[in-house]
Amino acid sequence: MAGEYDTAITVFSPDGRLFQVEYAQEAVKKGSTAVGVRGKNIVVLGVEKKAVAVLQEDRTVRKICVLDDHVAMAFAGLTADARVLMHRARIECQSHRLNVEDPVTIEYITRFIADLQQKYTQGRGRRPFGLSTLIVGFDYDGTPRLYSTDPSGTYHEWKANAIGRQAKTVREYLEKAYTETIYESTHESIKLCIRALLEVVQSGSKNVEIAVMARHKPLKTLSAEEVEKYIAEIEKENEIEAEKKKQAKQIGGTTTTAPTLTTQTSKKE
Amino acid sequence: MALANVLGFKSNNEFDRSLQCQKTDNNIDEFCPTLNIENIAQFITLPPYADPAKYLKMVNEKVDRVKIQFLKGTTTLAFKFRNGVIVAVDSRATAGGFIASGEVKKVIEINPYLLGTMAGGAADCAFWERVLARHCRIYELRNKEKISVAAASKILANMIFEYRGMGLSMGTMIVGWDKRGPGLYMVSDDGERISDNIFSVGSGSIYAYSILDAGYKYEMSTVDAIDLARRAIVHAAHRDAASGNIVRIYHMKETGWEKIEEKDTNDYMYQYRDEKTMNF
Repeated sequence: MAGEYDTAITVFSPDGRLFQVEYAQEAVKKGSTAVGVRGKNIVVLGVEKKAVAVLQEDRTVRKICVLDDHVAMAFAGLTADARVLMHRARIECQSHRLNVEDPVTIEYITRFIADLQQKYTQGRGRRPFGLSTLIVGFDYDGTPRLYSTDPSGTYHEWKANAIGRQAKTVREYLEKAYTETIYESTHESIKLCIRALLEVVQSGSKNVEIAVMARHKPLKTLSAEEVEKYIAEIEKENEIEAEKKKQAKQIGGTTTTAPTLTTQTSKKE
Repeated sequence: MALANVLGFKSNNEFDRSLQCQKTDNNIDEFCPTLNIENIAQFITLPPYADPAKYLKMVNEKVDRVKIQFLKGTTTLAFKFRNGVIVAVDSRATAGGFIASGEVKKVIEINPYLLGTMAGGAADCAFWERVLARHCRIYELRNKEKISVAAASKILANMIFEYRGMGLSMGTMIVGWDKRGPGLYMVSDDGERISDNIFSVGSGSIYAYSILDAGYKYEMSTVDAIDLARRAIVHAAHRDAASGNIVRIYHMKETGWEKIEEKDTNDYMYQYRDEKTMNF
């Protein structure tokens, strides 16, 4: 059934699906993971850094990019498509500043990118953009925002989200771990992002790239040393957790004694 | 563009062009549609002669004893102060020496928190400010917040700039209150758009400015501000032949605009003459 309805993009299948869009979402699932976390005073983006070839310069692979002074974007999926989309978004940010004399709101630029992605699901002879994006930043009034778009052109606002490879696993972890206290603290928000990434990525600062943006400040990529410090802290916390669990199990072992069969009046533990 | 819409022109359909190889894929930019020499005829109905600006210049000057003068025969003023913006206008429309009407509404209510004034061609001002109202409403619906005065005045200025040199005659002030506080911009037909605390536009503006500059203080109370605006229009109406009849005053507040009054300028002039209360 799928074979007949997936070649021309503008055709719905009989059960109401756009197969090309779904295949684009599959392409996204092959891309390296990206995680976004929104804190009260900080927004964090983390991406998995795939291993580069021996002779390749590390710096040419950029998965986190700035769209304007107060907006940043990470993506998962086709890198070339992302480059084109990013270029258009950057122009739109400046165009908005020129025409409206205000910086874009994060919602506005997300809507623009999503509109663009949607346009390519409804055109003749054009395939959709094969990427999902995470867009973070601060609005003019200082509110932190995190949005996510996907190849179908829909966008949603999130407190924390993950896209790309094993995004579901990471999102489930975020759902369990995200609390109000983490939201309030800058340090904890960054740590949560790194933790979430480490769920699916090998531990080590050379496998993750973290960028943070504070209110009214430009995007800052954390250096390898800073990431190592967070990772060391996380590992220590993990050890403490493991110790606690082990102790809890031991104490639990002594309480389950076998019941005595001699007298019914004997006290049970 | 607005004119094209009104006349039923179909805009360039993007997807019909998609099969051709396009260098740039233009996204729809409502504020500034991209025009160039090749496609301009599809967007704007041009006058049926070659160089509109040169032709109109001929008509403005004496050609066969016919002279159509596009003067801005009016007095309009607006100024920012502590409690918002005061807008005051007269209501006389003249065609040369003939008083066409004494009850023209020279303040255009764009929406409950934006006002525009009219000076120059009445049709130009009224039409383009209505188009501006449409853009402002769409902005508000799309972005879930009121448009800023800077953006609204920029939309109008960009629309006017498209027709620069083609004979538009507008000297309008866009007044509003947005998240940055009170806003006042002057937009004119040569594409100028400037912001300041005090503006006056029209043939009677010279008289109005002298009253305004003598009595203006940012920390004025609302009552004093309204009185200053009233005096300025009344004195301009007294001396300028092309201004007069009724003075209309509006006050732009944080909650939107409020119409203060519309009274006859001559009656006020008699009152001032009897009071003799000018203090500098």
